[in-house]
Parts: sequence; structure tokens; C-alpha cells
Amino acid sequence: MRHFSYTRAETVSEAVAALASDPQAQILAGGTNLVDLMKYDVAKPGSIIDINKLPLKQIDELPNGGLRIGALVSNTTVAYDPRVQERYPLLSSAILAGASPQLRNAATTGGNLLQRTRCYYFYDPSTPCNKREPGSGCSAIGGINRIHAILGASEDCIATHPSDMCVALAALSAVVEVEGPQGKRDIPFADFHRLPGDRPESDNTLAQGEMVVAVRLEGNHFAGHHTYLKLRDRLSYAFALVSVAAAMEVSDGKIVELRVALGGVAHKPWRDMLAETEFAGQPAEEVTFRHIAQRLLAGAKGQGQNDFKIPLAEKVIVRALKQAASGRPQVQSVKAIQ
Amino acid sequence: MFNSSKVVGLPLSRIDGPLKVTGTAGYAAEYSAPDMLHGYVVCSTVATGTITKIDTSAAEAFPGVVKIYTYENRPKAAWRDSKWKDEVALPGHPLRPLNNDRILFDGQPVALVVADSFEAARDAAALVQVTYEAGEPHTDLAREQGDSYVPPVPRMQAFMPPKPRGDSEAAFAQAPHQISAEYTIEGEHHNPMELFATTAIRHEDGSYLIHDKSQGSQNSHDYICNIFSLDPETVVVRNSYVGGAFGSGLRPKHQLFFAVMASLDLKRSVRVEMSRQEMFYLTWRPTSIQTVSLAADDKGHLQSVMHHALHATSRYEDYQENVANWSGLAYKCDNVTISYEIAKLDVPTPGDMRAPGAATGITALETAMDELAYEVGIDPLELRVINFIHRDQNTDKDLTSKALHACYREGAERFGWSERSHEPRSMREGNELIGWGVATGIWEAQMSPAEAKVRLSSDGKLTVSAAASDIGTGTYTILGQLAAEAFDLSLSDVTVKIGDSSLPKTTVEGGSWTAASSGTAVQVAAKMVIATLLKAAQKIDNSPLAKATEEQVEVAEGRLVLETNHQVGIALSDIMAAAGLDEIEEHAKIEPDKSIQKKYSAYTHSAVFVEVRVDEELGQVRVTRVVDAVAAGRILNPKTARSQILGGVVMGIGMALHEEGMVDHRTGRIMNHNLAEYHVPAHADIEEIDVIFVEEDDDKASPIGVKGLGEIGIVGVAAAVSNAIFHATGSRIRSFPITIDKVLGATALESETLQ
Ligand SMILES: Cc1cc2nc3c(=O)[nH]c(=O)nc-3n(C[C@H](O)[C@H](O)[C@H](O)COP(=O)(O)OP(=O)(O)OC[C@H]3O[C@@H](n4cnc5c(N)ncnc54)[C@H](O)[C@@H]3O)c2cc1C
Ligand code: SF4
Repeated sequence: MRHFSYTRAETVSEAVAALASDPQAQILAGGTNLVDLMKYDVAKPGSIIDINKLPLKQIDELPNGGLRIGALVSNTTVAYDPRVQERYPLLSSAILAGASPQLRNAATTGGNLLQRTRCYYFYDPSTPCNKREPGSGCSAIGGINRIHAILGASEDCIATHPSDMCVALAALSAVVEVEGPQGKRDIPFADFHRLPGDRPESDNTLAQGEMVVAVRLEGNHFAGHHTYLKLRDRLSYAFALVSVAAAMEVSDGKIVELRVALGGVAHKPWRDMLAETEFAGQPAEEVTFRHIAQRLLAGAKGQGQNDFKIPLAEKVIVRALKQAASGRPQVQSVKAIQ
Repeated sequence: MFNSSKVVGLPLSRIDGPLKVTGTAGYAAEYSAPDMLHGYVVCSTVATGTITKIDTSAAEAFPGVVKIYTYENRPKAAWRDSKWKDEVALPGHPLRPLNNDRILFDGQPVALVVADSFEAARDAAALVQVTYEAGEPHTDLAREQGDSYVPPVPRMQAFMPPKPRGDSEAAFAQAPHQISAEYTIEGEHHNPMELFATTAIRHEDGSYLIHDKSQGSQNSHDYICNIFSLDPETVVVRNSYVGGAFGSGLRPKHQLFFAVMASLDLKRSVRVEMSRQEMFYLTWRPTSIQTVSLAADDKGHLQSVMHHALHATSRYEDYQENVANWSGLAYKCDNVTISYEIAKLDVPTPGDMRAPGAATGITALETAMDELAYEVGIDPLELRVINFIHRDQNTDKDLTSKALHACYREGAERFGWSERSHEPRSMREGNELIGWGVATGIWEAQMSPAEAKVRLSSDGKLTVSAAASDIGTGTYTILGQLAAEAFDLSLSDVTVKIGDSSLPKTTVEGGSWTAASSGTAVQVAAKMVIATLLKAAQKIDNSPLAKATEEQVEVAEGRLVLETNHQVGIALSDIMAAAGLDEIEEHAKIEPDKSIQKKYSAYTHSAVFVEVRVDEELGQVRVTRVVDAVAAGRILNPKTARSQILGGVVMGIGMALHEEGMVDHRTGRIMNHNLAEYHVPAHADIEEIDVIFVEEDDDKASPIGVKGLGEIGIVGVAAAVSNAIFHATGSRIRSFPITIDKVLGATALESETLQ
């Protein structure tokens, strides 16, 4: 960890001003990811802007039946908020599938969106890594990559975004509210994270000086048919090898509306909106689910150690869609998969 | 023989428990001294090669930095190899930190930054620029197999394979049922909660009190005195409390060397604590590749056993463990060939990790036994029962005891084994296939030389002291119980002092021998105190005990009395007053009985039953039930004993499903060097674990009837899990840990062949 200056922001505009004035500045929220990265000498912020005093800790009702979750609301608070549990049980479930109670207590909504990849090489400054040090190379290609991407990877980076919460937010078409020197803007969730391309150093589309202030959810009809299904290397407290957030509206045994987002397989929560609309009207049954899975995984490419993720993902998608269709979502405290 | 006790054999809570849960038990890194400095180790980032340049200028300029040590300016230390050899050193050349520019493994210490705060030392460490001329690393055991060799200098004679007996090749060829398979186990890395740390407190007169995390304060003491030519009388090393060790602390670690080196050089107290990442560059359970071939007749009687074991070692030491010899003594078989080799890799020297050798070898043997059971077509438990033998065929010695039949019987009954259907894939619930597996566990029941003192003071209280260690195993408590028992006291009347090099000599805490060895020493010392009491009592005029012999007296309710008639006796306080004694202290020195060792082998045994549920489609494995039935002689404290077995089973589940150092063989670097990515079981991975201690009377393994429990709990668990996975899925996975990808790969093959 290197020396840095520390500022505690009292207002959002103060935080934004501080952030905009120093390209080396970084926001500190729960600190569960940033502080680790600083200790490993991966993150070397010149200044830290502590935003924990900002008034971003509420979950507010929206007129359309939606909710607005402040950037500093803890993962635990979101997961156990009765309104979230009732209207967005998928989100609650995804959060509870991640990390540990202690981490979820500290982790914030904004921090969860902005958490960095868990690529082994990214965390080890002695190895080349384009994300950490642009141009140095990607060690994961041809290396240890069992947790890496099978979709949307590039020649420069095959890392995944590790969040569970974000997979549910992607499926629910959340909107990210950001504020920067230019003022406020909304970013549709699908556009918030990006694929690595030739700029793996940037995980998302935030502009310099912008910060997340809230995440907005519209009203929806998915509370009856949804699930979050996560496969990992131990039964809890491990990042996803593959996870699926599935939600649908079903009528007369047919899919009315479909949402599927994948976690652990790409640099961002993976969704194919075109495919989702195409499957509307199809019978909500296994054959359809298999076609959906195949469609989502078209173009999937393994890196050697992670080849197994492709057939695994197909099966997890099918199982998740079955769970969603039958209205029996995975309960995260139950480890047998329904 | 041991039935009358009021303290021994009871499930008492550990006496150090309250200190631990209130945070008042001091661990090595928690001590400090005024003006203390902090050291932080810089580790190499290549696995082999030479250092071409170390630029410390930026680090030196960092505020708070006092001094940076590299091989270029390291203070002098012992020159001879022999001075660097600790009590349990291995054949080869012990690592000398910062000795020269050569790199022998990834993570080797290349510099020590000393600063006035831990943070400053750590931050400056990141600024030390080391340039290497890196060589090509060889870290993949599978690829280096060709260069394996039989260790020229055995670490212990007992680790070398027994001479082949019978003709295993011919018997194998002729037998109607044969199996032969290769088993691989990835390297596992010690990660007890407590990081290795040393606080070297320097007194004004140059003497030292050193708090060092280890499994032997005297081993650390002698090591450091030898290396730096210190007067042994001026150095005390303590390991009062140890936050887990499991074998990682048997040999002194580099932080001890560094703390003392810097302290001597700077004449200040120094603390060096390792990082979690550094823990991955130490003692580890080596990657292994084993081949086991078994053959049996139509009834399942073993006709041939062949076991070849190979594991990794470092460039500089020949680490050895007893991997394969178990296959020559576990079951009755007259045709046995065992071979054992190691291969040098660019890795740190492996070391002992809970049940070293057995955990590895028995995983292979017991998986192979399961394969044989299915080849012959008999129940896997039955196969083990019919091949039972109450003799060590490797050495042709009798056994002190072997209540393994009771383990099989009681374990099977508790588990409900008789309900098992033999066919794989025949039990199912929901999306999960259910499998039941069994394995036998074996570990040595060892004793080592030990000393202990017991002191009786005039208020009737006892103090027990020995340099023994309590690495979380309950040593404090059981030594207290044994002393209390001898004096008919309760545990709270006994003060136990251990974990201090100035106390009576004790071997490092390892091999599960501490209870048997230090326990015996305490019991002998207690008897010596009673003998002294008797002598004093007999000097009293008209002593009612005048004619009594040592064997005829005991202590009851604060009096020295005749065993046969408690009415006859004298109060201890009266005896001591009459003799004018404030206290009586005796010092016992015990050794294992050579005449018994000549005639007998001593082992602990277990039978492990495991239920798994496998979501075959998704590859998820859950261990839903474990019954571990253990025969370990006399159980001094069922509560601490059970904890040992529980911990062993959890580690065994980790070995089966999770633990694995992931090495990038292009660089020789271990990549998952943190606890987020190096997986050990989480709570969700552990369900019901049922521990049974079967009756086993054994007066030969140790004088107090104890066989030891620290290690047996892990042995056989990984095999029982893999056997259960086979029973569930019909797919045999011979590569550990059994991760999702392997389950998916194996079951995909299985369903192909079924179609
Ligand atoms: C051992 C371990 C296991 C874990 N397992 C899981 C898991 O299984 N699933 C899972 O989803 N997660 C897991 N996590 C990750 C955890 O969810 C994240 O660390 C957490 O969500 C980050 O939130 P935070 O508030 O602590 O972020 P911080 O660490 O404070 O910040 C993270 C990043 O976000 C930036 N940031 C924070 N807030 C804002 C904002 N409002 N606007 C702009 N930038 C911001 C920071 O500058 C920093 O770059 C695990 C973490 C650990 C350590
Ligand atoms: S995958 Fe991305 S994060 Fe990992 S080493 Fe390659 S560039 Fe770095």
C-alpha cells in the first residue's frame, strides 16, 4: 500500500469535484475490494475519497412501483428489504448467493457494481496483466484460467466480472444513476459494464469524475417466475463459475416475457436481449430452454482450463429456466439444487 | 485399569478456552516491546534463476524505514550446514535466507525491510526492485516424473519401503480379479488462521524473550542459538498459544531467523509477521502421483498389492514421508511390492501436513480397495473386513491393539450401511444421486522422549510444566487432567505451564505423540511426587503408612492413603508440614519402551463412512453425512478428542473436494495464493459429522493407554468421499481435488458409455 491522501466527502458534489480533479483518485465505499487491492499493491490511488457520509443510504419508492437504491445501501440491507424481497426476489437471492454475511454487511450497492475482476493475475503485480498494466500482456491466456470468460473475451483480456448482484440487476434491466462534473445521467444496466476489447483496463462506461449515486428498478411482473442459480467451487463463499439470473412471465404454459443473464462467463453480466424477445410465445418447457441456452452460448469459446464452463453453462441455464418456469426458485440457504 | 478417574475421560472444556474466546491468550504477533521494529519479507517472483540486481533506494527513502537486508548485506550467520539443521531437519541443505543470489523457488525470501511500523515496512517492501535472470521453471510433477529417484539418504528408516514379499507380479497375473490405477493429488498448502510470526524482545543485557509461532519452542530456541552462536542460557522462546499449525510449525520458519537477525544487528526488539501470501511459499503437502495395483481371488481375498508412490520435493532438500508402506500392513496379503520415489522441482521444500504420507497414500489405497470391491462384486466394507489382519506384515510384528473390527461394526451401524444398495447409481433423491462410501484410516501411535515436572505446593495445588506445545489440540487440558487425576483434584486446582523453551525438554508437537509422551511424563512425575510424599510420611512418628510401598498408596481427598483402605492415611498438608516442605517438585524423564517397540507395532485405526449427494447434471457434490469411528486407545477427554477428529474430517473433505495450489507452470508461480481463491471447506460444505470412539484397551502403545488423535481424523476421508461419488454416479475420479469440471467430465463419459 502506498501513501495517499484521504478526503471525507460530505456531499455528492464535493465527492464528484474531488474525483474529477484528480485522475488518481478513487472512491472508498465499503472498502471490501478496494482495500484488499491496495494491500496487494494493485490499486495505488493517490487520493481516497471516502463517500460513506453521503446521503445515499435509502431505498426510495418510485411512482411506477419501482425502487431507487442509493449507492451506499449495503448488500445486506438490499437483500433483506421487504419491498425488494416482494418485488425483486431475484435481486435479493442473487445478493445472498454472494460472498459472506460479513462482507455483505460492509459491501455497498455502488461498490458491488464497481468491484474488480478476480482474475488471479490481476491480483498479483509480479505478473503481466493488461487490465492492471495496459500493454503488459494477458497472463491468463494459456495460464490458470478456470474461472475465466467463455463469452465476449478479447485477445487482450479474458477476465470476468465477478458480481452476483449485477447479474440480477442486468436481468431486471436496472438503470444506473450516475453523477459527474457534467451533471447527472442514467446508464441502462446493459451499457454500464463493458467488454474488454482492446481496453481491458476499463471495466465500465463511467466517465472520469463520475460516480454511481443510485440504482433504479422499474416495476415488473417477474416475482412469480424467477431464480438465481449459482455454481461454484464450494457451496458458499466462492465466486461463480457460472451463474444464471432468470425471470419470466408465463401464461398458458407459454413464455410471455423472458430475461436471462449469465454471471461468471464474461467481462460483464451476459444478456442477449434479441434472443429473449425471439423466445417470447414459445412453450415454457425443456426443449425451449435448451434452445435458449444454446442461443446464449453461441460463440462461446473456452481457454483450456475453463472449457468445462460451456457445457456447464448450458445445463445451468436449462435448470434455472425450469426453476423459474415452475415458480420454484433456488433458495440460497438450501444447497441441493432444485 | 483406568476406570476410577474423576477427571480423566471426562468431556471437559479446554482450560485455555476462556482466554482464547476473550482475546487474552497472546499469540506470537501480539507481543510487543517499547521501540519495537517491524520486518516485512520481500519474496521472489520467479521460481528459478539468479538475482541480477536489487535496487533498494526507493524503499530506503520511504519514511520510517530503518534498514533493508538482502543477500548483499546480510549479517553473518553460521557457516556449516549442520548448524542450520533443526530437530526435524531433512536430508539436504536447509534453506538459509538471503544467503546468495540464487533462486530455488517462487516466493523465496529475497529481502527483509525493517521499519518503525508494519505498514511502513510493507509499503516500502513493494518498492524494492529485484531484477532476475530467470531460468526455465520445472514445477509440473507429471512432466518431471522421468527424473524421479529413491531418496539416497532416508529421512527415517521407517519411511523406506519394506522388502517385497512373495511374488506380487505373478500373483497379480494369476488372480481372477485385478485393478490397477493411477491417482494424483494436487499440492495442498498449510493455511492455519494464525500467520507465522516472531516477536523477538531484546532486553538491555542482550538477552532475549522470543515469541515464535511453532510446534516446538525448544526446536526454535536451539535453531536460533546455533545459527547466531547465542548463549542458550540468554534466550527463551515461547509458543504459549498457537493458532493452528497441523505440521506447518514443526520446522522453524524464516520469520524467526529474520526477527532475530535484525534484532541482533539493530539491537532493537523486532517483530516479523508473514503475509497470507507468504504462507503459500512454505511447508506444503507435496503433489503426488501414485499407482496402485490390487488383485484378489473370487471371494475377495487379496492376492497381490503393488503400490508405487511419487511426490515432489525441492531442489535443496529431500522431503520424505511414509506414503505407500501402509499398503503393506493395512490388509492381509502375502505378495506385496512397495516402491517410493521423489522428484525435484523448483518449489519450496514440502513438509508435514496432518497425517503426512498416510493422508496421501491411503487416499490411493482405499480408493483402489473400492475399485477392487466392485471388480470382485462384493460390498466394499465386506472386502475390508475379510482382509483384516492383526499383525504388521511389513515388519512381521504383532500389534499393540487393533480394534478396527469395532470401528467397522459400530460405524456401519451408526451410518446405516446395511441399507446400502451395492449398484452404483441406484440411490437418488430429487436431482441428486446418492452415494455411500467407506474407507479405512491408519496412523502411527507414536511416542517420543519427553520430560515434565509436577509440583505440589502446601496449599494442595499442583503445577505441571513441560516445554510441550498446544497447537489447538488440547494439550494444556489433558496434561492438567492427568495431574489432577493422580492427586484426586479437580482440573481447576492445576496450573499447566507449557510452550516455553526453559521448561523440561519435549520433542516438537507432531506425529500425534504429545498426549502419549508428555502425558506419560506428567503421570510419572506425579508418581514421583507421591513417592516423595510417602518417604516424608514414613518419617513421621508412628506413621500409619510406615510399611506401605509406593504401589500401595494413592492420594484421595487431600490425604495420602492406602489404596485398599482410605481410612489409613495422612493429610498431605500434615506430611509437608512435618517435613518442613513448602512444595515438592519432581522432574520425570521418559522414553518409549524399547523392548515393547521391538516386539510390537502400534497404530490407530478408523473407519470412515461418507454420504454424498451429486447433482450429476451440474457436477455439484455435497458431503451430507460422515461417520468416523476411531480406535485410538484410551480417550483422555472426549470433547477435545472429538474436536480433533471433526477438524481432521473437515480437512479431509477439503482434500477430497477443494484444496489445490494452482501453479502456472510457465512461470512456476502459484496463482491462487489467498484464501479467497485457495478453497478450504466453508460452513455450507460441512453437514453432519458423527464421531465414535470405540473401546480399545492398549497398555503397550503408551503407559497411559493413549495412542494419539491429531492425525487419524483426516486419514481415509478423501477416499471415502471419492468412493461415495463413485457409488452415486458410477464414475471413478482418481484426481484430487474432485472439482466440478472433473465430475462433469467423468459423468459425461459415463453417460456416453451407458448410451
Ligand atoms: C473473499 C471475498 C469473497 C467475495 N465473494 C463474492 C461473491 O461470491 N459474489 C459477489 O458478488 N461478490 C463477492 N465479493 C465481492 C464483494 O461483493 C465486493 O467486494 C463488494 O460488493 C464491493 O463493495 P464495497 O462497497 O466494499 O466496494 P469498495 O471496495 O469500497 O469499492 C470497490 C470499487 O468501487 C468503487 N466505488 C465504490 N462505490 C462507488 C460509487 N458509488 N461510485 C463509483 N465508484 C465506486 C471504488 O472506488 C472501488 O474501485 C467477495 C469479496 C471478497 C473479499
Ligand atoms: S484476463 Fe484480464 S485481468 Fe486477467 S491477466 Fe488477462 S488482462 Fe489481466
